[in-house]
Amino acid sequence: MLSKVDGVSEQPMIVAHGLVKRFGDFTAVDGIDVEVSRGEAFGFLGPNGAGKSSTMRMIGCVSPVTDGTLRVLGHDPAVDGARIRARLGVVPQEDTLDFELSVMENLIVYGRYFGMSHKQATERGRELLEFVQLEERATSQVEPLSGGMKRRLTIARSLINDPDMLLLDEPTTGLDPQARHVVWDRLFRLKQRGVTLVLTTHYMDEAEQLCDRLVVMDRGRIAAEGSPVALIRDWSTREVVELRFAADDTETSGEKIEALVEQPERPLRALVSRVEVLPDRVLLYSDDGDATVGELHRAGVEPQSVLVRRSSLEDVFLRLTGRSLVE
Amino acid sequence: MSTPTVQPSPMRLTPPLLQRLVGTGGARHLVERNARVYRREWLVLVSGFLEPVFYLFSIGVGVSKLVGDVALPGGEVVTYTAFVAPAMLAASAMNGAVIDATFGLFFKLKYNKLYDAVLATPVTPVDVAIGEITWALMRGSLYSISFIVVMLVIGLISSWWAVFALPVVVLTGFAFAAIGTACTTYMRSWQDFSYITLVQLPIFLFSATFYPLSVYPESLQWVVRCSPLYHSATLLRELTTGTVGPGSLVHVAVLVALGVVGMVVTGRRLEKLLLT
Ligand SMILES: Nc1ncnc2c1ncn2[C@@H]1O[C@H](COP(=O)(O)OP(=O)(O)OP(=O)(O)O)[C@@H](O)[C@H]1O
Ligand SMILES: [Mg+2]
Repeated sequence: MLSKVDGVSEQPMIVAHGLVKRFGDFTAVDGIDVEVSRGEAFGFLGPNGAGKSSTMRMIGCVSPVTDGTLRVLGHDPAVDGARIRARLGVVPQEDTLDFELSVMENLIVYGRYFGMSHKQATERGRELLEFVQLEERATSQVEPLSGGMKRRLTIARSLINDPDMLLLDEPTTGLDPQARHVVWDRLFRLKQRGVTLVLTTHYMDEAEQLCDRLVVMDRGRIAAEGSPVALIRDWSTREVVELRFAADDTETSGEKIEALVEQPERPLRALVSRVEVLPDRVLLYSDDGDATVGELHRAGVEPQSVLVRRSSLEDVFLRLTGRSLVE
Repeated sequence: MSTPTVQPSPMRLTPPLLQRLVGTGGARHLVERNARVYRREWLVLVSGFLEPVFYLFSIGVGVSKLVGDVALPGGEVVTYTAFVAPAMLAASAMNGAVIDATFGLFFKLKYNKLYDAVLATPVTPVDVAIGEITWALMRGSLYSISFIVVMLVIGLISSWWAVFALPVVVLTGFAFAAIGTACTTYMRSWQDFSYITLVQLPIFLFSATFYPLSVYPESLQWVVRCSPLYHSATLLRELTTGTVGPGSLVHVAVLVALGVVGMVVTGRRLEKLLLT
């Protein structure tokens, strides 16, 4: 029912050039270029205030573009907003369910907004409740649903018009791990059916799991773009050594390590390409974590705990912006 | 794809021209949505109808005895109850429309966040304006139609012109609903609603509802003529008592104009508030 892989024209789903959004004097989106093609799962990864939602709202044709150009599904939102919206599914950052209607009515009435017949909307609504595993709550009011259920209902609602593209603004923020996995699973199935997904997140695991390609956004700009693997390859080392010290010791230890790495005669210099001193830990970027740990030990560094792990998008973000993703 | 040119002009997210005036047809879905909600709250509907009926009986039984008959501008003499009833009819259309257009709209705008969801669909702000105004005027008209039936049953309708009372109560509902929604888009908090009561009560009392316009001194008559309810009440009185004249069309024009202006303002304001 949800298949989207039929060979419709190969024009990009989204094209943005120098896209700007200003609120008064404040620039929330500062000239970004984005292109998303059909069937792709595309992500905006960024911290609070990066401009993710502002961008999503412009793409969703509910926020006028301040400057630059934007084409969504080949159309200009300023001219064909209603026509574009007819083919989009939107999951906004905050749930906007209708609290005066029941679960099923939420879907039916929403389908009606898209001009579907009552019968069509009811049938489709039933399928979707099953898809998000809420069929038992069909006649329930919306208010008593759990956060995860509301989110799933919002996702079901966004699919009522069988959209060409789904816009998901932080689909799993605020959900417990189990609820997140349910949502991820549903999104993954949609992706397999060929629905174009555009999502924002500040969870790197979410971005890595779901996105074919993503942009790292910070302060209204795009800092880097690529697949999760390519971003990690380009902007980080293979491994990361995480050292933790006693609470007030982190900074001095960090400085000591930085000095060690600077010394030309030590093997550390060749092993470690970068050191990040964070408030609670010190990160050493290296392609060989174990060798690095051995050298640190030899140099007399004695942390409370040592962890060698693979690089993640978190590290990419830290490298690009000098800030952690989740503050 | 060719490089699109930069367009610095202020942009619209709703289609141009005609659709900015008459919407895309999405309004009816919003009316349907509201009807679904009210199916469960029929008691609210009943109480809204009863209020003007109570007024009518209180006046018809009590005040009418003391006042006796009233002369209309054309010289015809009618009972006081027959004089007041069409004004109560106008007031019922006003009250019914204003409630939903103000409190109802504000709740949906600020608390239910209904339109954030609605505007992500093909429905436009103009559709929302038309839909909510239509809903409010339907509610106002529902009260009024029941009221007309009551008037008919107790013999307060003395002219065939009264069949036009039906479209006129709808028009009254339209004018007040549109003014109401337009004002509501400027409300910041529930406190601001005191202004509505503050305006609505004197309108109810002083719009030639309980006594003829001629009672007022000339200068005040012009103030009364600014009241939308004056035009509605007078027009309905002309219809139910069969004293229609060319002046009746002026009342119609005023109500139509108020409704259209209110509707356009509502659409613009909703766009400005919601599509940021
Ligand atoms: N309607 C508005 N009026 C004024 N400023 C706004 C408005 N909407 C967003 N902003 C500002 O624009 C900036 C970007 O906001 P935006 O919501 O796009 O960020 P975000 O990346 O989605 O953040 P978050 O992860 O917190 O959702 C913020 O500084 C925010 O305060
Ligand atoms: Mg956001």
